[in-house]
Amino acid sequence: MSTLDKEKHIDELEKQIASLAVFSEEQGLDLSREILKLRKKLAALRTQNLKSLEAWDKVTLARLRGRPTTLEYIDYIFDDFIELHGDRGFGDDSSIVGGVAFLNGRAVTVIGQQKGRDTQESIARNFGMTLPEGYRKALRLMKQAEKFNRPVILFVDTPGAFCGIEAEERGQGEAIARNLMEMSRLKTPIISTVLGEGGSGGALGLAVADKVFILENATYSILSPEGFATILWKDAGLAKKAAKVMKITADDLLELGVVDGIIAEPLGGAHKDRESVFKKTADLLKDTLTELSELGTEELLEARYQRFRAFGSFHEDIQHEER
Amino acid sequence: MLRKSFQKQYFIVDGDKVQPKAKKMEEIPDCCIKCPGCGETFLEEDVKKNLMVCKKCNKHMFITSEQRLEDLFDDGEYQLLFADISTKNPLDFPGYEEKVQAYQKKSGLNEAVSIARGNIDRMGALVGVMDSRFMMGSMGSVVGEKITRAAELAVVERLPLILFTASGGARMQEGIISLMQMAKTSAALGRLESEKLPFFIVLTHPTTGGVTASFAMLGDIILSEPGALIGFAGPRVIEQTIKQKLPEGFQSAEFQLEKGFVDAIVDRAEMKKTLGSLLRMHGGEPNEHIG
Repeated sequence: MSTLDKEKHIDELEKQIASLAVFSEEQGLDLSREILKLRKKLAALRTQNLKSLEAWDKVTLARLRGRPTTLEYIDYIFDDFIELHGDRGFGDDSSIVGGVAFLNGRAVTVIGQQKGRDTQESIARNFGMTLPEGYRKALRLMKQAEKFNRPVILFVDTPGAFCGIEAEERGQGEAIARNLMEMSRLKTPIISTVLGEGGSGGALGLAVADKVFILENATYSILSPEGFATILWKDAGLAKKAAKVMKITADDLLELGVVDGIIAEPLGGAHKDRESVFKKTADLLKDTLTELSELGTEELLEARYQRFRAFGSFHEDIQHEER
Repeated sequence: MLRKSFQKQYFIVDGDKVQPKAKKMEEIPDCCIKCPGCGETFLEEDVKKNLMVCKKCNKHMFITSEQRLEDLFDDGEYQLLFADISTKNPLDFPGYEEKVQAYQKKSGLNEAVSIARGNIDRMGALVGVMDSRFMMGSMGSVVGEKITRAAELAVVERLPLILFTASGGARMQEGIISLMQMAKTSAALGRLESEKLPFFIVLTHPTTGGVTASFAMLGDIILSEPGALIGFAGPRVIEQTIKQKLPEGFQSAEFQLEKGFVDAIVDRAEMKKTLGSLLRMHGGEPNEHIG
């Protein structure tokens, strides 16, 4: 059973319990024992569902329409957000929103990839697939943040950088490369959080940071499991198998050191209780910012350099320990 | 210091596929090469003398990293660096070690990039050359580490860095660790840039994916060989996404020049001279020793 099927099962059970309660009230029957039994079953199912989430279930959850998007996080976590548009060279990419806001009373720059909340918005936002001008807008806002000593808060949620003619014509590779280099030495704290899909270079272009966090059911990967299966096994149908071996879940990424922390989600996913997730994210961002603000610029940049410098596993005459 | 003998191992580069010569041209005699550009047949020896460039149509054919290094450095002399770094299997990906070993055997290379130090027109330089024979030049931990070390060494020794790129992108079998190599190499090159040391890129066929989206696009000066395929997404991926054929010449070096992402297209025969001039213009001073 897939996650969604399991959830449907849970939903049905919930409805059953509710109607049973109404029935017992209407008829004046004492069904409390039956109801209690069903409640216990429901609780057990929920726990089992949570525990049995496989990599592919998480891929499904990370992509779920209705999962909270960047703008909802911004709305809850920050005050007085003012959106700033455009890369000053070509245009404004609506797959990325960025601007200035207050976090806990401190001015910050906040930038994130915005997937749609409905079909119309999804199309308008290009499903969160960023174009070169999107990365350049992000970089413009980050350089501005550096100039005015504002920390940078980033949210990642993308299937990947857009693959199309216009993206190539305008230098998708160059845009991402430039972000990686400039972010690695930006003289202000950077925190990046993967909210849903962290698709490849398209995600990394917003994730060279001092601290990288991820939601419990989000994924971060070299490529979509479908793409991975196509390249290595010539069969996109093997995506589930790919998801398993690719190590793309929050736990795997924490173990590999790719992320520094996991934000817990309620049973069934972030969409089940948005506020609890927003609050946890807000608390984590505030605490982390306080922690990073205590470091001097040189210390901060050296730690950021070493954070990424350490990735890699190889043999050498003098044995190197992998991260 | 090593003097590498020229290895008789040619590959024909056709689109973004690299195929061993034998598979492609059964009807061509052993001593000959058929140009994948114009179809003309030449004596292998003559093509080799012409740096694997077709005399008729100027098609730049595949050239091994060994020959590239030998052609570039004065008297063909250079010192290989970081050659003892070899591949591990960070994700315990099934069959990865065996695959790497098979490629090592077939190509005679240890990994997809070689880093060397030597003199170009008597000026010291660090040079990295990627080789598409080794798992399509894909970037995993070893490629990322060698390029990062080259950039860090360039800072310590105040040397210019030149990288010849050729890559299908990130090494899938190392998953997210490959993705992190993009950030790692870009950060190291950021330090090189902060130190105001020259960093030149020579794009060769094909350069795509995670390599294009990291160090390949960060050169102070970005040169390209004619006809090289250069892009972020591979042409097949784009065609599948947009469900239409791509126009002729899309993502070629000439296309990238027109779009403003390549400084100049330089023929292979002119490459050493061009790089020599650029080094001189960036403070290179002739020395008598190889560092």
